[in-house]
Amino acid sequence: MNIRSRGDKWFDAMNVFIMLAVVVLTIAPFWFALVGSFNQGLDYTRGGVYFWPRTFTLSNYITVFADKTIYHAYFITIMRTVAGTALHVAFTALVAYGMSRKALAGRNVYMLVMLFTMFFYGGLIPNYLLYKELGLLNHFLVLIIPTLFSVWDMIIMMSFFRSIPEQIIESAKIDGAGEYRIFLQLIMPLTKPVLAAIALFTGVYHWNAYTDALMFTTKDALEPVQLFLMRIVTDSGAASKFGAQAASVMPEEAKQISPETLKLAMMLATTAPILIIYPFLQKYFVKGVLIGSVKG
Amino acid sequence: MVWPGLLFLLVFSYFPMYGILIAFKKYDLFLGIMNSPWAGLTYFREFVTDPNFLNVLRNTLAMNLLALLLSFPAPILFALLLNELTAGRFKRFVQTVSYVPHFVSWVIFGGLILTVLSPTNGVLNLLLVKLHFINEPINFMAKPELFWFIMVGAEMLKGIGWGAIIYIAAIAGVDPELHEAARIDGAGRFQRMRYVTVPSIMGTIVIMLIFAVSAILNTGFEQIMVMQNPLNLDVSETIDTYVYKVGLQQMRYSYSTAVGLAKSIVALILLFGANYVSRKLSDNSLF
Repeated sequence: MNIRSRGDKWFDAMNVFIMLAVVVLTIAPFWFALVGSFNQGLDYTRGGVYFWPRTFTLSNYITVFADKTIYHAYFITIMRTVAGTALHVAFTALVAYGMSRKALAGRNVYMLVMLFTMFFYGGLIPNYLLYKELGLLNHFLVLIIPTLFSVWDMIIMMSFFRSIPEQIIESAKIDGAGEYRIFLQLIMPLTKPVLAAIALFTGVYHWNAYTDALMFTTKDALEPVQLFLMRIVTDSGAASKFGAQAASVMPEEAKQISPETLKLAMMLATTAPILIIYPFLQKYFVKGVLIGSVKG
Repeated sequence: MVWPGLLFLLVFSYFPMYGILIAFKKYDLFLGIMNSPWAGLTYFREFVTDPNFLNVLRNTLAMNLLALLLSFPAPILFALLLNELTAGRFKRFVQTVSYVPHFVSWVIFGGLILTVLSPTNGVLNLLLVKLHFINEPINFMAKPELFWFIMVGAEMLKGIGWGAIIYIAAIAGVDPELHEAARIDGAGRFQRMRYVTVPSIMGTIVIMLIFAVSAILNTGFEQIMVMQNPLNLDVSETIDTYVYKVGLQQMRYSYSTAVGLAKSIVALILLFGANYVSRKLSDNSLF
């Protein structure tokens, strides 16, 4: 055991200090938004609310959760997250299984065809025109179908499927199982960790996505919660409108809110699900990144 | 079982590539891609001489170069320092917290940054005023000269922990005997970090750098759209937001596609170029 020199101690102290700074910088924005979201609206507008709510109120949250538009936006988000994730994993895994079979004729050609799409992208407008042609514009499915398949995820899954010994698949075949049955009852259960990791990433993507809805839909009824929020955050007019709408329903609550505090409450209400489940899923996320980087 | 994937790519990747043709045509919605009249390089000429576009290009390059200088090394440094932490629990705590922003959407993270920077309730203004750096609170988002730094700073904060994962894994793979040997030779902690750890993870760093260089014309659409306001438009418009606005809001389909195509081609050249240079210089390459 070597004795820690004075230089080492300095180094350690500095290091802990820097790490704490990163932690504080990361948590601070959440904290200040939380404080604002629990503060009375008009009072917040006067400024100077920093570390603790000056005039405490729950009205911002009550207003947010009393509004129908946001429930509908949540509904769209949840629908796209659940359906989009399930379909993405199932579809991509199916293709990955096919590609993992060494017996597949023309596999190298298929692989090239797939890899090429990772390097070259048609661009926004050609995609837009394609969706238009397919009748996907202003349709809920435009949030799901274009994300059904990802070459990157396919490669990750494929390399995992390959690690399953060929003999297991052969013996299942001898027992009379077809390819689809082998895929569903043998391969998928055996590779749950990688499927779970990809499902998690896809789920977070769908939960947070707003650009597709911004570009390819114009109907309010299709607005996911992130796009709804985006309008509130970037356009003070939208926030005021939302506040006014709330005021007409709940005159008492309306006196306690302002567009600014309402916005903060909405932001935190939308992040909360992720922040709550995140600590439990963290290890899968981290594993997922490493899978991608090692096998990719 | 492979054919659904191929069909998917045919429709959603290859068909749009065919659609790129409209960059060379005077696209007419009613005539379709095939029947619209050819326009040659008209739209390419149009955008390279458009002062708006030059401005957009400047913003894109400026933010990306700044990001290469600041937010590219940040996760590496973070991983190195994290590795030197001796208390396991504290280390895990720092890691857990540092990943959080990655999972928060840009809409929300951008909103949070705006809150911290706010002239009325923003804690940064409070801090600067209390420390007598400024006399009056500043409306940061109304200062065009600060926008690039705010943007890159926000990206750095959002990505520092998550970006470090790959380096942490690389550091974990460094042979402990190398450290032991260096220690016996009298190398201090800092020297071991500099002469043992960093060279050992150089391969990973170079690969990540190749990716970063090839992405130099990308600026996250999501974050810019959130942080953009009429006061900073002049410095915040980037190629991605420009393509969106010109294409979908002004419906100049051919022009917008031409800009997008030029960007894709430059990105492809940069990727292969960076890969080539790196293979010659350091033996590290993607392919």
